[in-house]
Amino acid sequence: MQRSENMTNHQLREHICNALTKGFRLDGRKMDEFRPLTIKTDCIRTAEGSAWVRCGETELLVGIKLALEKPFPDTPDEGVLMVGAELLPLANPAFESGPPGIESIETARVIDRGIRESHAIDTHQLCVEKGVKVWTVSVDICPLNHDGNLIDLGGMAAIAALKNAKFPMVKDGVIDYQEHQDKKLPIVETPIPVTVIKIGDNLLVDPTEDEESVLDARLTMAFLENGNICAMQKGGDEPITSEEFEKMLELGSRISKELRQKIR
Amino acid sequence: MSSYTKRFDGRKFDELRPIEAKAGVIKKADGSAYFRIGKTTAYAAVYGPRELYPKFLQDPKQGLLRCNYNMMPFSGAGERVRPGPSRRSKEISLITERALRPVLDLKDFPNAVVDVFVELTETDAGSRCAGICAASIALADAGILMKDLVVAFSVGKVGDQVVVDLDGDEEHFESNSSVDIPIGLIPSTGEITLLQADGRISPEDIRKCIKMAQERAPAVSEILRKALKEKYATE
Repeated sequence: MQRSENMTNHQLREHICNALTKGFRLDGRKMDEFRPLTIKTDCIRTAEGSAWVRCGETELLVGIKLALEKPFPDTPDEGVLMVGAELLPLANPAFESGPPGIESIETARVIDRGIRESHAIDTHQLCVEKGVKVWTVSVDICPLNHDGNLIDLGGMAAIAALKNAKFPMVKDGVIDYQEHQDKKLPIVETPIPVTVIKIGDNLLVDPTEDEESVLDARLTMAFLENGNICAMQKGGDEPITSEEFEKMLELGSRISKELRQKIR
Repeated sequence: MSSYTKRFDGRKFDELRPIEAKAGVIKKADGSAYFRIGKTTAYAAVYGPRELYPKFLQDPKQGLLRCNYNMMPFSGAGERVRPGPSRRSKEISLITERALRPVLDLKDFPNAVVDVFVELTETDAGSRCAGICAASIALADAGILMKDLVVAFSVGKVGDQVVVDLDGDEEHFESNSSVDIPIGLIPSTGEITLLQADGRISPEDIRKCIKMAQERAPAVSEILRKALKEKYATE
């Protein structure tokens, strides 16, 4: 059942909790069940790499653009990663036009951290001339329809798009975006972000927008191929106990292994 | 002026690129559409009629149409497009409103706004027109009272030849000497709701361009209608 427009957040929460105590979610899923997930890559011709993700009714696009720029002074021989998320007003009635709000900034930064701290990109290989010219990798996450779980889905789409990105042609130091080399971006790790949310005493994965709007707490963990973690973010107004953290970690770890199969 | 005898992609001079249109692609929106022409792809979502804030913008006599055109950062043919509004995107938002407003009846929605969000996912010329076509379908999908579906595409001149629907290669023909005329039409009356031009052209050739656009409009209109019919046939 979809949320009715006349329902207050309090009523919605009661409704969701009633179902959870009976052991199911409003859309009939189990607590640890993801919605059907489809990932397609190489779907945007104008991007150097791209991915389209659909999970339940959430649908989003990620595009990678490359540019040649001056490196940061403290990392003169490393390329630069930038991750942006635009919560486009097209994708949800609650999203507004204007400069990025705190929600889109947090989404982008959590995804950014998962990729950056996993060292997924071998940034040394992005150096063209030390201190002068390096590749800048821009990852832009754009939801088309938002029905929850943008961090996990945006993060997976981002790494899928990065893995499929190819360098544009460079002629006499100038980029020709019309043509691409066969050479792919140096991606050496696949971080998978998993968010577990807490509503009352229940821990759920892959929340819908309705579930997110009534959560007590959430925890996003980015998992590496060897099962280690490289980034975390706690959200929500309520604290979590260390027992709950244990359960979230165990659940997140198990789900990350399932999701990893979806990324080639 | 050099002669342009054969189009780069082999089309006839009065032939549009392949078009794909779909209604109802964004579930959260009140109305939505996908519109692709060649390698240019637009999505449009309509929200409303809904309450309009800030309040001083409210019109007690009728609803307001508000359009927002935006290119996704990776949708440009060249470098990354910086997110957020630019002078260009603001102007296109404005002309999109003007192109669509004449077919809408918003008298039943005083103080309200109908928001139209147009997003380009990839572009190869003709993006404002693709956005207007997508917005037309999305407005009808949202159930807004309309007297017709506005169609828009470009006409213009490449070399010495009058053509319809220029692609990126044609826009850049001979160091950008081509003429690009985005035009929006109400197919049932032939009236013009959008007209811009970029490039040097004679009055005779402009007349030819407009005539060509009016001839092609019914075919595009049919594609928009079909998209709407398909959605409601399957539901």
